[in-house]
Amino acid sequence: MAEQRARPLSPHLGIWRWGPGMTASIFHRISGGALTVAGLAVLTWWLVSLSNGSDAYGDFSAIAGTWVGIVVLIGLTWAFFQHLLSGIRHLIMDTGENFELRGNKTSAIATFVGAVLLTALVWFYVLGVAK
Amino acid sequence: MSLGDSSTELGKVRGLGSAREGGDHWIGERVSSVALLFLGAWLIASLLFLPALDFATISEWLRSPLGAVPMALFVITSFYHGLDGLKVVVDDYLHEPGNNFALNTFLLFVAVGGAAFALFALARIAFGASA
Repeated sequence: MAEQRARPLSPHLGIWRWGPGMTASIFHRISGGALTVAGLAVLTWWLVSLSNGSDAYGDFSAIAGTWVGIVVLIGLTWAFFQHLLSGIRHLIMDTGENFELRGNKTSAIATFVGAVLLTALVWFYVLGVAK
Repeated sequence: MSLGDSSTELGKVRGLGSAREGGDHWIGERVSSVALLFLGAWLIASLLFLPALDFATISEWLRSPLGAVPMALFVITSFYHGLDGLKVVVDDYLHEPGNNFALNTFLLFVAVGGAAFALFALARIAFGASA
């Protein structure tokens, strides 16, 4: 391998004024990480408990039904919708579209509004039916 | 490190240049994301429209082909896409080659192991080993 030279760096993060695009970007990464680590763990745990019969599934449901369990599930639902909407935005940007400042900013804000609305919709429905 | 024809003249002189790999990973991440748009929407809609979330209802759902097959695809695709995403994060922040390789290998093992465990549990449910 050739001798390593110092590579040119982007301007340091700290010089930029924080905006919706940057926020959407970091939330895409955070929500993706949370879905992979916590989401896939819950998915696997859920399937394993189902495969172990109704008693094991009862234990899973009891833990999922505590307030901590519900907070985690609401958080995962939100991460799912945030990552989904922000992912659609990224797929659009992969085609070279949506780089104009105004549209880019609006679509970034839309991912946050949409994710909160969809999460609220799902959980009002779930908790409403459960009662 | 070999230098391909795609390297710039300056890159060849310096012995530096692009990694000349990663295109397949980038495409795979996007193709799996499109698959997960459909599978994720299917999972959320299914859970919302099932008449109940008790053991009997969910077991019956996952024993039917239209429950078991998309769930198997969801497990495989979500572990694949989650591993893809975590690799991007690891590559962004962990530059020391040995540590980078070690953590990526660890995550690969956890993801493949987790997916295998989830699929085995799903197979037990689908084929009714412990009803």
